[in-house]
Amino acid sequence: MINKIEDIEIRLLLDAIFEKYHYDFRGYSTASVKRRLHQAVERLGCRTFSVLQDRVFHDPSILPELLSFLTVQVSELFRDPAYFRAIRELVVPHLKTYPSLKVWVAGCAAGEELYSLAILFREEGLEDRTLFYGTDINPAALRKAEAGVYELERIPLFTENHRRSGGKTSLSDYYTAAYGAAVFDKTLRRRAVFSDHSLVSDAVFAEVHLVSCRNVLIYFDRDLQDRAIGLFKDSLTRKGFLGLGAKESLRFCKHADAFAEFAREERIYQMRGVS
Amino acid sequence: MTGPSARAVVIGASSGALEALLGILPGLPKGYPLPIMVVVHVPPDRKSLLAEILGMKCRMGVREAEDKEPVCAGTVYLAPPDYHLLAETENCLSLSSEEPVHYSRPSIDVLFESAADVYGPGLIGIILSGGSDDGARGLQAIRQAGGTALVQRPSLALVPVMPQAALDVCPDARSLSLEEITACLLEAATV
Repeated sequence: MINKIEDIEIRLLLDAIFEKYHYDFRGYSTASVKRRLHQAVERLGCRTFSVLQDRVFHDPSILPELLSFLTVQVSELFRDPAYFRAIRELVVPHLKTYPSLKVWVAGCAAGEELYSLAILFREEGLEDRTLFYGTDINPAALRKAEAGVYELERIPLFTENHRRSGGKTSLSDYYTAAYGAAVFDKTLRRRAVFSDHSLVSDAVFAEVHLVSCRNVLIYFDRDLQDRAIGLFKDSLTRKGFLGLGAKESLRFCKHADAFAEFAREERIYQMRGVS
Repeated sequence: MTGPSARAVVIGASSGALEALLGILPGLPKGYPLPIMVVVHVPPDRKSLLAEILGMKCRMGVREAEDKEPVCAGTVYLAPPDYHLLAETENCLSLSSEEPVHYSRPSIDVLFESAADVYGPGLIGIILSGGSDDGARGLQAIRQAGGTALVQRPSLALVPVMPQAALDVCPDARSLSLEEITACLLEAATV
């Protein structure tokens, strides 16, 4: 019975976060949310989820901390090199036929994926005609993304990933090392806009040619996944591309018919033509 | 022995995993009535061949789990490299790329704790050969939820560290040979 009470408490806590702050985690994958809330109550020194709920209502300083637990911010530059190789070798030739391009990195967290695409687009000569949108719900993550500063110790992995993605330049061309950190070249985000946008509650905001949304949908339940993919569908141009995480697919999605598999292994889909 | 009505099995293994899994899974019939979720510590940056290798030796279906995949009886679901595998509900799996736990993604603890929450007393948890202490906490969660805890007897494991760590935390887990574990699983399915 202990678990039952805990389940009620978690439901009420998520309701409280929504009512007070309009952040809606009620459609997130239960198992993962529970796990992260367990970490949150432990680290925030709350005895129960109900105690945490009290703080949600009465202690405004709790929200940023809670968001850092509830949103997963784990990524790398060029994570899954094969994905970026497929973008480079298979998607870029299509993109090259457009005079101007828009790319949406949905759930961009600290910006790793957006910088990866910006570097790739520069290498492929597409940067000057492209506008990048990086969106996330976590303001702290967006600030990090805008800063483009990563721990130096992560650079060897990023460099190896970049190389394996078919990188045509050296990653060290794009950052300067200072005080244990790698500061990425400001010109990489000259054509990037970072902004607050929720896949749960916000609407389409632009027409784009490529949506890259990787390892975000796994944190959503099926209904919410359908909503997010519906947004991508409505944002993409005819024959536009959608890139998902290595273990995400449209297999269980109600919008699956709107897309064709483009690079199966790398989970890249292409919008079908006029229906 | 095992609980009155087992509904799922979770297995965790690390170094020596293949030998240990081959000592259990091929002994289960095609229509084995429980789903089996497995976490093996595999390197994050390359494709794992585990599903193919086990698939050739097993009568049950073996595959890497997809996110939000429905859970079917008679199927072995492996955590993919670089993702945690979680039991979302009794009928649905989910994946996560949250931080590694015990330096590992996938982590045995993450699967076991989520499955303990979902299946309660209807879960059988098994810790096999390995060189870390991942899984000990998860096995404890399974016991606390009323589930059944089995451990490969450390003296018989290729690498005894992991089963021993599990026994240290869960002294009432049953310490068995691979043949005995297989027999337990067959028996759990007939109740």
